[in-house]
Amino acid sequence: MKIAVLVKEVPDSYGERKLDTTTGLADRGASDRVIDEITARAVEAAVSYADSAQDAEVVLVTMGPESAESMLRKTLAMGADSACHISDEALTGADLGLSAEVLAAALRRIGFDLVIAGDVSSDGTGGLLPTMLAQRLGVAHLTSLDSAQISETEVSGERGTYGGTVSLRADLPAVVSVTERMPDPRFPGFKGIMSAKKKPLETLTAADLGVDAQADVPRSIMLSVTQAPARTAGTKVTDEGEAGTQLADYLAEKRLV
Amino acid sequence: MAENNVVTFLPVLPNGELVGSAAGLLGAAGRLGSPVAVIVAAPGQGQAAAAAAGTFGAQRVYLAETPQTQSVLTAPALEAVAAAVGATGAEAVLVPNDVDGRDIAGRLAVRLPAAVAADAVGIARDAEGNVVHHSVYGSAYTTESAPTHGTLIVTLREGAVDERAQAAEPTVETLEVPEAGSAAAEITGFSENLQASTRPDLRSAATVVSGGRGLGSAEGFALAEQLADELGGGLGASRAAVDAGYAPNSYQVGQTGVTVSADLYIALGISGAVQHQAGMQSAKTIVAINKDPEAPIFDIADFGIVGDAFDVVPQLITRLKERAGGGS
Repeated sequence: MKIAVLVKEVPDSYGERKLDTTTGLADRGASDRVIDEITARAVEAAVSYADSAQDAEVVLVTMGPESAESMLRKTLAMGADSACHISDEALTGADLGLSAEVLAAALRRIGFDLVIAGDVSSDGTGGLLPTMLAQRLGVAHLTSLDSAQISETEVSGERGTYGGTVSLRADLPAVVSVTERMPDPRFPGFKGIMSAKKKPLETLTAADLGVDAQADVPRSIMLSVTQAPARTAGTKVTDEGEAGTQLADYLAEKRLV
Repeated sequence: MAENNVVTFLPVLPNGELVGSAAGLLGAAGRLGSPVAVIVAAPGQGQAAAAAAGTFGAQRVYLAETPQTQSVLTAPALEAVAAAVGATGAEAVLVPNDVDGRDIAGRLAVRLPAAVAADAVGIARDAEGNVVHHSVYGSAYTTESAPTHGTLIVTLREGAVDERAQAAEPTVETLEVPEAGSAAAEITGFSENLQASTRPDLRSAATVVSGGRGLGSAEGFALAEQLADELGGGLGASRAAVDAGYAPNSYQVGQTGVTVSADLYIALGISGAVQHQAGMQSAKTIVAINKDPEAPIFDIADFGIVGDAFDVVPQLITRLKERAGGGS
């Protein structure tokens, strides 16, 4: 059983995140680069299954700049067996379609029974990539799972939908994405950190995967980036027994009630 | 004038009603061209939903009624949308940015293939074509994107578009849903959410009241409920309040959780961490009540009260009732 986990390096959302308003790209110097928390939960789901299963192998896969390598090393310490880093200047600013093409090619090369991803990244907020991969790879998707059960032959889980919760299942191979309702990622121990240093980490380019980033296919391109005017504080009062009344009058004046 | 067909996917609730995002999707579609709705419903539920789509401006409805909607994930809706795109030569496809909408958009984008724009907050048309507006990094930036060519697929953030299309008498065409073209997950069960309430949907509510850790307990959280109901608003919560068990997961506002697009957002006992702000700072007016004068929420609040929500809110409700009863 081979589980590929998609991990992503993102700007730390607890700090201030910046876009370069000229290039439209993330300003990587502006904030700490961390593993997207949701993808750490995806890793946890994979390694906790591997802990209990015979012959389960966990491979981390990411597409990102050179700096993502240290994120992969740190994440290997959680218990994954190896990592694959797709790093290529030609992929800078790749749209969802190109990202899906590259990652699908990498997953085919690596081989997988199950792919686990986070449902929505904290920087891109798209939530489309897992399903795009499932379509490219010709397998079922089970996205936005709040809980997941993995076995040798199938994967199942629950996801929230309008008016309730649906239970889903599919035979492997399949692509799964998980939500922040999944268990917290473990903290790697000393042993994990030491062994991570020696684990195989392969670096690939688009050309290695046979992907042409310049191909004339429909792409989404960014036209402009504007910094939204910062919100500023308005009136601030300390309640001295009248603040509720003041607020009611304020809301009425602004026709908000 | 050439007819620019814009296909929208309108999800249907288990009871057959259209999901609240329908009006905004058709409103956005009407801005680009002629709104075409795709509805996939359980047998017997489609006609009412199709008529409702007309009231929101659908000129044409492609309707598929199939029991598969309760047994196969995504595939029936995907096939219906793909059929409607093929039949209309649509230049744009709009789906809600919810789990089902994203699944349809992702598969369709690869299948056509077509450019896809995720989590849009608006769409406009200029001489060059369709331009999509995004609000990123928790509303710190706005960006515009466009497809290089071909059909554009958009996942539209719920509640982001205020525009409404004029009601229409749609022509309804029945679609036979073909067998799924690719592997699909099986739906093995559905459990209805018993907490479903009569409150407006958090994502699209004009007024949202959220409670945080500062409300102290699940019983204390009832204060937020009370104010939400008084104002006819949606009810939200901070992650801290959800983690503490005051409110269910589905109430969570923030980066992990729901992004609201309210006219009025009232935060009770919420400190306003960056993660929470990411889900609410695009609200038009923000009111915060918190005992801690240093709480970051005050930096973005239009009206901030340093005080105890348990003192302020009852007084607020009393005063609102007085005003309403005053006949002015």
